[in-house]
Amino acid sequence: MILIIALLTSSLKLLLMPAYYSTDFEVHRNWLSITHNLPVKRWYYDDTSEWTLDYPPLFAWFEYLLSYPAQFFDKNMLVINNLKYESRETIIFQRLSVIFMDAVYCYGVHRCCKVISKGWRTDVVLPILLITNCGLIMLDHIHFQYNGFMYGILLLSIADMCNDRFLKSAFWFVVLLNLKHIYVYASPAYFIYLLKTYCLCNRPISDVVLTQKCWSNTIKLGSVVIGVFVISFLPFYDHLPQIISRLFPLKRGLCHAYWAPNVWALYNIVDKAVFFAASKLGYHKGEAKAAMTGGLVQEYSHLVLPNITPRITIILSLIFVLPLMVKLWKLKCPTDFIRCIALCSLTAFLFGYHVHEKAILMAIIPITILSVRDPLDAKIFLILSTVGYYSLFPLLYPKNLFLVKTLLLIIHSLYSFHSLSKMYTMKICKYSLPLLNIFESFYLFSFCLIHTYEHFIHNLLDFQNKLPFLPLMITSVYCSVGVIYCWILYFIFSSKDLSQL
Amino acid sequence: MAVDKVLLKISCDNWLVVFGILVALLLRNVTMLHPYSGQGKPPMYGDYEAQRHWMEITTNLPVSEWYRNTSDNNLEYWGLDYPPLTAYHMYFCGLIANFLNENYTVLHASRGFESDEHKIFMRLTVLLCDILVYIPSLVIFYYSCAKLYQSDSANRSVKQNYTIPSSLSIILALLYPGIILIDHGHFQYNNVSLGLTTFSVIFLLHQKNILSSIFFCLALNYKQMELYHSLPFFLYLLSTCIPKPGKRAISGVVSLFVLGITVVVTFSIIWLPFLFDLDILLQVLHRQFPFARGIFEDKVANFWCALNVVYKLKVCDKAKLMRICLFTTLSAVFPSSVDLFLRPNRKKFILALINSSLAFFLFSYQVHEKTILVVALPVLLYFPENPFVCFWFLFISVFSMVPLFVKDDLIVAVIALLMFYIISFYVSMKYYYQSRCNSSNVSNYHIEQIRFLHNLINVDVKKSDKISRVFKMITRSRKTVEYFIFFLAMLLSFVGSLLIFVISIVFEPPVKYPDLFPLLISIYSCFHFLGFFVYFNVKQIQISQDFGDIGNVKLKEN
Repeated sequence: MILIIALLTSSLKLLLMPAYYSTDFEVHRNWLSITHNLPVKRWYYDDTSEWTLDYPPLFAWFEYLLSYPAQFFDKNMLVINNLKYESRETIIFQRLSVIFMDAVYCYGVHRCCKVISKGWRTDVVLPILLITNCGLIMLDHIHFQYNGFMYGILLLSIADMCNDRFLKSAFWFVVLLNLKHIYVYASPAYFIYLLKTYCLCNRPISDVVLTQKCWSNTIKLGSVVIGVFVISFLPFYDHLPQIISRLFPLKRGLCHAYWAPNVWALYNIVDKAVFFAASKLGYHKGEAKAAMTGGLVQEYSHLVLPNITPRITIILSLIFVLPLMVKLWKLKCPTDFIRCIALCSLTAFLFGYHVHEKAILMAIIPITILSVRDPLDAKIFLILSTVGYYSLFPLLYPKNLFLVKTLLLIIHSLYSFHSLSKMYTMKICKYSLPLLNIFESFYLFSFCLIHTYEHFIHNLLDFQNKLPFLPLMITSVYCSVGVIYCWILYFIFSSKDLSQL
Repeated sequence: MAVDKVLLKISCDNWLVVFGILVALLLRNVTMLHPYSGQGKPPMYGDYEAQRHWMEITTNLPVSEWYRNTSDNNLEYWGLDYPPLTAYHMYFCGLIANFLNENYTVLHASRGFESDEHKIFMRLTVLLCDILVYIPSLVIFYYSCAKLYQSDSANRSVKQNYTIPSSLSIILALLYPGIILIDHGHFQYNNVSLGLTTFSVIFLLHQKNILSSIFFCLALNYKQMELYHSLPFFLYLLSTCIPKPGKRAISGVVSLFVLGITVVVTFSIIWLPFLFDLDILLQVLHRQFPFARGIFEDKVANFWCALNVVYKLKVCDKAKLMRICLFTTLSAVFPSSVDLFLRPNRKKFILALINSSLAFFLFSYQVHEKTILVVALPVLLYFPENPFVCFWFLFISVFSMVPLFVKDDLIVAVIALLMFYIISFYVSMKYYYQSRCNSSNVSNYHIEQIRFLHNLINVDVKKSDKISRVFKMITRSRKTVEYFIFFLAMLLSFVGSLLIFVISIVFEPPVKYPDLFPLLISIYSCFHFLGFFVYFNVKQIQISQDFGDIGNVKLKEN
């Protein structure tokens, strides 16, 4: 079944080949050429293109490996100075590489489904929900990135964790960290869970007696983690600061050009509103320096409210992650571990510094696994996936993709609602979608309104020139409400769980 | 109405149809991103520019000049050569185009106009036709057709209750890559005429002869290719006018008269602007049938193109060729037509449509490779009865158009859509036979075949286990041997076409024969089509006459 679904989605992905791709296409082409031509030491120094290498070393190695088959397609794509080179062969090669790397994702899905075998739920519904994940299709196969196989590794790691193969799981996760450092979001959950169940062998805190087994486990785990890091970073040992500065570019602003739907989007809009009100009332506090969603502005200072520094965001995230960690310490079920990954990622997504809207997938994918087990997880999944995928829409701005993205979202959400509502017996409630209450369904239905406003009414009202970024603002603010709602609901749900125990 | 109530009312099977339609729409939308025919290829461009040019002509010139060569209307440059309904459709689209952007339809100046927005607009007009005509027609057909056969099986044996469920046939019909590629990739409006024909078939099968003839006239007036279907329509409707035993002769004459009036009125309404001037009328008619062109264009998978390899036809006299074509076509159509007329049966009708259109495709004059879609439509309609043969035919029909798609740079789309289609076919057959195997409501005669098919298709069984099981079944009865040979032949044919396909893409043709691969593809598919032609003819003649309505009449008299 998984194979069939994978092949069907692959043919859809293949069909998407001539679709629009973002600058990430050029980014990855540039990395191919850098890793292919330059000696290892120069990888993180080259700045011929503005799209410098800013992924961790293992990803650079991955690009290095990819550059060999690339030769057979078109040698010119591997020339560093061929900026914006996009021949037919280059496009075919890059797109095909993403499609083939998705095999890892499918394998991860297969492993995960095996772990939580529960009849047709996991045999049919879960693979469909995971593999046809329309966020991944939009990001990887239209926008262009390699998220699919990295999420595949995350799923592998989760599956191993559920099978109590801790070392393997830790190994995969560290590999993942070295492919893309954004997965740091999930690391608190890994840390606590491994510490509790593997290093301390599931003993309660009260009688921490470190037996020999505990020590040997700790050493094994440590050597795996450190080993992967050493292998990955060893070739670059004498220019670590350069890599670190590339990986964590703190010079960028609090929000991405397009605001990710998180707390800071709301914060920005409040700031704007206060400024607007103040200037209307005559308290001029200076001109608005630039349009906030302009894209060019890297650093932006708030007009009225205090500025947010990276340190504040980290502290805030940690404050909210802490109770989760305490809870995870007290439980030991793998389900809670998966839930904790989702919540950690969601918290980091909400409060993080310079968060991309793509990071929402890190919360959605673990919740998908849980959605076939518990109605509340299913409910959160339904809201969060719809909101999350909708928030990706502005990435695919070309007009010819309008129907494609809309249909993708409609099909995926319709299938999720259909299959999950079959799974749980629920009381039938008028005027609402299955598993949701009236307000939530109303919230989701309003997306239709926003979608039509953005694409039709906004143009009809001739606001394009006056307020060009209004639709983007509405999208991110509206989506952020939904994401924050999901987060609060999920947070309360997990703390309730704790009190029951 | 409450949302959940609506959701609950739709059964699981219908949900499948909803998802199928949405997925089919998605695939069409994605195919739209691919290049159209003649994209960025001045000076003549391709069919896309032809349609745009017709919008330009129809919106700017008076009706009388649409089909005439004037200083404003150079017929050499994509002159209008489709019947009036297409022209009206283009006029309507042209008005919208003009409203959106005046540059789209400026006379003369807009020649070769290309822009991303214009592409979206043109693509959307095709999609709209799909949503309004083609998709509803197929959905209605399969639903009402299933009912038709059910009512039949209630009267007779259970044997008829042997068709693929309508939900699966709808999905598979909508996913058929040929029409998606030609309409949404290459760019044409075949879906309108094919959809209208399907509506006409629906009405005919429900014995609404007048509505049926109206819709067929509309289809014919949208695209003259529908003439390939006209013989079975004509003969079947004529046969209904022959008075049944127990009815007076006058009733037959009256119904014939009513049908005749319907056709004449429909035609005259459509042709109204051209009727008052004989010159114009003749010119319009002349434009529809361009005999001046050769016997075939490019490489077509028909008999003449295959014959051309051995014996060069293009040297022959055109008039003589035309006569030969006419004769061979008529003799090819003859058996199925006579059978349909003398022993009419509703079930036979769709087969007769296949046979007539296939005969025209194989033997008539001036055939395009795209015309295979006219044959593919009745095959799609016949699909629930005989899924494997139809699937085989549909696959070969797409394969026969590959040279065209290579020219249009649509190869990636062909591979992707074919893959999607084949896998969906495989999945639906597998689950269908699985469910049949488990259900007890099957006669002993069929259970053998069903089990056999189930075993053959199923991959979940272990390899060694499977082979021994299949072998055991083969030795048990003759029927299964036939099935096995059939599947072997189908597999070989698929492998063969795949080989030719891969070779034609990977290798450059030899300098001496630049057309080698297209020719190879058309000959390969031509032999298949000849085989299918014989098969469908035999199938049609095997069906006996429908005595249903005669029996009812007698009962009433008693």
